[in-house]
Amino acid sequence: MATVYIPPMMRKFTDGADNVEVAGGNLRQIVDGLEERFPGTREWLCDGNRIRPGIAAAIDGETARMGLLEQVGPDSEVHFLPAIGGGSV
Amino acid sequence: MSEKKYRVVGTRPIRHDGTDKVTGDARYGADIKLPGMLYGRILRSPHAHARIRSIDTTEAEAMDGVRAAVAGRDLPELADHVSDIGEVPFNLRDASHNILATGKVLYHGHAVAAVAATTAHRAEEAIKRIKVDYEVLEPVLDARSAMQDDAPLLDPTRKTRGLGEEDGKTSNIAEHFRHERGDVEIGFADADVVIEREFTTSTVHQGYIEPHNATAAVSPDGRTTVWCSTQGAFGVREQIAEICKIPISKVKVVPMEIGGGFGGKITVYLEPIAVLLSRKTRRPVKMTMSRTEVLMATGPTPASYIRVKMGATKDGTLTTAEAYLAYEAGAFPGSPVSLGAGAIFAPYRLEHVRVDAYDVVVSKPKTNAYRAPGVTNAAFAAETIVDEIADAVGLDPLEFRKKNGVKEGDRRVDGPVFPRIGCLEVVEAAAESDHYRTPLEGLNRGRGVASGFWFNFGGPAAAFINANEDGTVRLVEGSTDIGGTRAACAMIVAEVLGIAAEDVNPIVADTDSIGYTGITGGSSVAHKTGWVSHLAAEEVKQRVIERAAKMWEVDVEDVEYHDDATITSRSKPDETLTFKEVVAQANSTGGPISGEATINAGGAGPSFGTHVVDVEVDPETGKVQILRYTCVQDAGKAIHPSYVEGQMQGGVVQGIGWALNEEYVYDDDGRLMNASFLDYRMPTTLDLPMVETIIVEVPNPAHPYGVRGVGETPIIPPPAAVANAIYDAVGVRMEHLPMSPPHVLAAILGADKT
Repeated sequence: MATVYIPPMMRKFTDGADNVEVAGGNLRQIVDGLEERFPGTREWLCDGNRIRPGIAAAIDGETARMGLLEQVGPDSEVHFLPAIGGGSV
Repeated sequence: MSEKKYRVVGTRPIRHDGTDKVTGDARYGADIKLPGMLYGRILRSPHAHARIRSIDTTEAEAMDGVRAAVAGRDLPELADHVSDIGEVPFNLRDASHNILATGKVLYHGHAVAAVAATTAHRAEEAIKRIKVDYEVLEPVLDARSAMQDDAPLLDPTRKTRGLGEEDGKTSNIAEHFRHERGDVEIGFADADVVIEREFTTSTVHQGYIEPHNATAAVSPDGRTTVWCSTQGAFGVREQIAEICKIPISKVKVVPMEIGGGFGGKITVYLEPIAVLLSRKTRRPVKMTMSRTEVLMATGPTPASYIRVKMGATKDGTLTTAEAYLAYEAGAFPGSPVSLGAGAIFAPYRLEHVRVDAYDVVVSKPKTNAYRAPGVTNAAFAAETIVDEIADAVGLDPLEFRKKNGVKEGDRRVDGPVFPRIGCLEVVEAAAESDHYRTPLEGLNRGRGVASGFWFNFGGPAAAFINANEDGTVRLVEGSTDIGGTRAACAMIVAEVLGIAAEDVNPIVADTDSIGYTGITGGSSVAHKTGWVSHLAAEEVKQRVIERAAKMWEVDVEDVEYHDDATITSRSKPDETLTFKEVVAQANSTGGPISGEATINAGGAGPSFGTHVVDVEVDPETGKVQILRYTCVQDAGKAIHPSYVEGQMQGGVVQGIGWALNEEYVYDDDGRLMNASFLDYRMPTTLDLPMVETIIVEVPNPAHPYGVRGVGETPIIPPPAAVANAIYDAVGVRMEHLPMSPPHVLAAILGADKT
């Protein structure tokens, strides 16, 4: 399962946990998995069918260039960070 | 370290655009002249904060030679739409309101209205006839004042966002976020030495020599062509289409040669106004800014307030670090505080860390990216504290950095794990440099060091290569060439095809002539456009192999392409073809030979640099003289070492300007007092010694040539390195930028009240 790192300001959803294990082959499935365990997180991270403007998802240190379709490996790390333009975070 | 041998990559051919640049034949935006062209001029706000009651352009429009006038009401009102084309995301609705004020002016110099006339002088006269009725409001001129509960609000509806949610309270704080790992309280309890300081930095400008310019021609059917100076033609196309509500397919942007950008030529200022005026007049309209307009009304980099606290054990092991960053966004949200927060402690391995970051609107121009946006401010604070801690525990400052420096597998402050990086190699190279090993002697002289980190970006890019009958090739790419990237991409093509760099003719194309290419920013171009040029060249090579097989009537698998551009076949061991011979017969073997590729490049390898500087401080005046400067940086693989060295030297010079002189000076009413190069003091060749460079090459494993971007990192360490050198020289810790003579003298006299 992928390890999802929870931003400090979002840890209210996870009882303070700073990382959680979530199953999913792409970012959409990871976000859905998070929402299932921690209701409210999807709304926080996504605006409809895309990651909310101002937030960047990083998979193993690389910005998700395909948004929610970005592939996530079984041992991947997923971070949600303030968005910066251009690519690698 | 880099060991792979190349034939062209790593050499120093003369740049392809060199002749045009030195003879004055290179075409810049200000050179554009079109039949029937009009000239546009902008009326700007004399107030830093005011409500616009009315704008009357009647008298101006009635003047002889004046063809049209526009104001904010002529731009369509947009919904919120965040664009990520730049290094810092920005809202296109805000961009529209920045281009022409609507409702309120938010800084001195904010554009209010514009006219087009038959001559520039006529247009200049006309804007004086525009009548604007203002209700003047109180400005707010720095981040800490703007964060107060009783501060005047620039936008009374704005609420603080915190990564995805609003706190419900109106404020000038547009955004707050936090990075946190471990428990800083544990880290401080474990520390033997804890040092905390507050720092402030001033607003500074990129100082590119070429002012902004744009010429627009709108045809009767709405086709819109814009010639401009930009770091990204496709980004300009997107902004014009969104802001002017034109289908993107009807907009063509032609990037002219660029006289510097450094992050400041990503967002648009003039282009939509020129489009509005051209649409109204059915004539081409050209607009150019004066230097004063550039300084007043384009995007400088933010002033900031930064508090840093770090702890270490007495053996010199960092235990924890904490930072609070408040960056001025200017009139609209979107400072680079996210980049500063992500990078502030990047060179150091930390178990416990917390960073709070605030994006704050103030009555100043909307800030923009400036070379490693947001990171120079942060490094000034953190690297000063690191120096102080190293001193307190009795360690050489480079030894301290080696002891605590990050390597592959360590975690960044904001979470992700570092891939292969060259942080330690750079520190070691600095320690072994002739500069660092040479003792510094003399009264009031001191030596300082500092390190810096930049993320490096990738992104989308496209390239097209066409082989000519004479054995040369044309490379068409979409990245505005600011730092020699055209030559670097051509060298990569030459490397693949086994031909000379001079036999590749690179051009930067307009948006109708090449696939989407992201901005020249984030130190991305040698990475992404270099990579896509490599892919396109590989395709050309494959086509040449296929044609050679056809010419020999053998299987493609039987043909081999060699590094020297010769081609052989195992079936015909006595025969050899060359690239030139095969492409000369292209039309008789199947038609023109070309290759194209597109990419959305990931894998941009982070970059680290460490600088060493010697200064002499005049204790009578506070003036700081740079005696010697050495910049050490990991380039991954330097495609053209001269351009890498040029980037390093240029970044250092800008960083020294930031360190010693550059600042926006406002009066109490928020009027900019030094909007000229006479009063905005940038370094010149008379101020500085030759900057020495040491390129370290720890290849980026994700790139075909090991490239790491090099443009941003060298501006980061200079202010901290100079501050640390000042301390070494005269024993005072500088907490404010610029460290201009009055500030240094005040610090020496123990009376710095900044």
